[in-house]
Amino acid sequence: MSKTLYDKIWDAHVVGQRSDGTTILYIDQHLLHEVTSPQAFEGLRLAGRSPWRLGANLATPDHNVPTKNRAAGVDGIEDPIAREQVIALDRNCNHFGIRQFDMTDPRQGIVHVIGPEQGATLPGTTIVCGDSHTSTHGAFGALAHGIGTSEVEHVLATQCLVQTKSRNMRVEVQGKLREGVYAKDIVLAIIGELGTAGATGHTIEYTGDAIQSLSMEGRMTVCNMSIEAGARAGLVAVDDVTLNYIEGRPLAPEGERLEMAEQYWRGLVSDPGANFDLFTELDAGSLKPQVSWGTNPELVVDIDDVVPAPDSFDDPAKEETAFRALEYMGLEPGMPMTELQLDRIFIGSCTNSRIEDLRAAAEVVKGRKVSSVLKSAIVVPGSGPVKAEAEQEGLNQIFLDAGFEWRDPGCSMCLAMNADRLYPEERAASTSNRNFEGRQGHLGRTHLVSPATAAASAIAGHFADPREFM
Amino acid sequence: MDPFNVYRGTVVPLDRANVDTDQIIPKQFLKSIKRTGFGENLFDAWRFKDEGEIGKNPNEREINREFILNDPRYQGVSILLGRQNFGCGSSREHAVWALSEFGIRCVIAPSFADIFYNNCFKNGLLPIVFKEKIIDYLFDLATGPRALEIEVNLERQRLTIDSADDIPFDINPGRKAPLLLGLDDIGMTFKHADDIRDFEVRHRQAMPWIFDHDEA
Repeated sequence: MSKTLYDKIWDAHVVGQRSDGTTILYIDQHLLHEVTSPQAFEGLRLAGRSPWRLGANLATPDHNVPTKNRAAGVDGIEDPIAREQVIALDRNCNHFGIRQFDMTDPRQGIVHVIGPEQGATLPGTTIVCGDSHTSTHGAFGALAHGIGTSEVEHVLATQCLVQTKSRNMRVEVQGKLREGVYAKDIVLAIIGELGTAGATGHTIEYTGDAIQSLSMEGRMTVCNMSIEAGARAGLVAVDDVTLNYIEGRPLAPEGERLEMAEQYWRGLVSDPGANFDLFTELDAGSLKPQVSWGTNPELVVDIDDVVPAPDSFDDPAKEETAFRALEYMGLEPGMPMTELQLDRIFIGSCTNSRIEDLRAAAEVVKGRKVSSVLKSAIVVPGSGPVKAEAEQEGLNQIFLDAGFEWRDPGCSMCLAMNADRLYPEERAASTSNRNFEGRQGHLGRTHLVSPATAAASAIAGHFADPREFM
Repeated sequence: MDPFNVYRGTVVPLDRANVDTDQIIPKQFLKSIKRTGFGENLFDAWRFKDEGEIGKNPNEREINREFILNDPRYQGVSILLGRQNFGCGSSREHAVWALSEFGIRCVIAPSFADIFYNNCFKNGLLPIVFKEKIIDYLFDLATGPRALEIEVNLERQRLTIDSADDIPFDINPGRKAPLLLGLDDIGMTFKHADDIRDFEVRHRQAMPWIFDHDEA
């Protein structure tokens, strides 16, 4: 029988059935960070248990590490409660012997950036983390999704998860992206089309020439936001782009081992005729840069469009959501997006903090100045290695010359657990993934965009089409 | 985990779609390394007008009287009635901990986000899915002058309103059994420890590279 890519990975990890009919699924790789793990480690300790397979775990602090003054390490975290949480991760990793890239390690970074970067993220594996953006790793043809803290403890203790299989969904993206349009615009347009719950209960496989033409980093951006359409996991089939990315990564297999793995990995595609329960398609060729205007990621428009009117939505629930969103965002229907004045710019997050994101932003910024109306414009590289690579290429200088701040790696203003945040009613162009109320700070107003659009908007002081700066 | 069988309580209707976990428990409260202490900051940005912080005295805060949970009718509620895609967004289990600690034992909605739904069962909180029509009906009843009291019977899979209406609901048997008995989820999986070891032997043969860092 023809199988989808998801079916294949699932089938290769079924340990058995529990008496209640659920499936015990084996987990190959477990990523940990400071926010969703302490209670899991505590549970493990209280039950007198230890990790089932130590080598399956990789940890790093990312959510509430500061992005400035990092030389002092953990002691440099001003917020005592945040500091305690990072220390708890150090303590737990040391106690149980789990590999960690701690705050002072040059490899530290956002957990979803470092997994692929280090070669810990491999095709055909099952990957989980106590973070919903674990879907990122699906770009490698890996089944990757977020879990709660109880499940973090469950995976630590048993190396398995108790699961019910999702349905299969395919999102086909055809056409050639125009200049100034990126993976972020593709995924924002997909979410706009599907809605925030359009893929709930499904694993999405992204197919089509527009996806195949994306680099691994672009594919990661797309898979990263699968959860924003309700899908726990997103997948892209393995091809040469995947294999080329993996080769030579520190934790990836080498030599004969790699050849053997590659042979297996090449089969990680959906069979012709495999059945998908849901299907949708998107024409990437006609896509324009996207910008969100509301308080959930499905509320997006083209950059040259206007703020929509609530009564333009057919569904009364969506009309109500739009009405509330306009009020929270301080917007009126009919306002052109490019006339919205901005207060802060954030380039970073597990969605858009990799080297290609920084290059795309730097290309727009080069030789220009950040608008004086802005209160801040920050670039937060996704990891130590991304930061080092950008500095080697001189990107940091481009950003600094323009008036951006060049920070140290972490989740930063994506969720504002550290000091990087919006203040009430401040409006931001952000390359992150969620525009929920208060996400980037109490009463803050977040608009989701690509790195190039964020950069163009930083120069203009209001939303701007990056194509005007190319 | 406390077993969940028959539960009687009053209902608060939260008439918003896509209630995300950032709203249920805002990020500044996730810095705690404990499993408790989240209840008083449930829906913090909606319940209070001032910005919440860990350790802020709730008695000194500015209450948002317009928010439904602050309505005198809905004090002491333990069943939350919501709209579609409840619990979307972040995987933070702290959202479920906050609801539980606040006293919520059951959330009723037309649909839930996957990770939130899953997290509920790990904490003895019962999420019930009904069709929109029944949800609308419940909203009508719950927004009356007096709070609606209902009984949830998990074993019989029935929701009873004033012993008159008896509405059946569906639940996956694999979800139901552990909740009814309050079973330790990890303990249940440990019964399959031999299966896991056998699987690892086969898996290591098929994909040896996955185990390359086990002696790291």
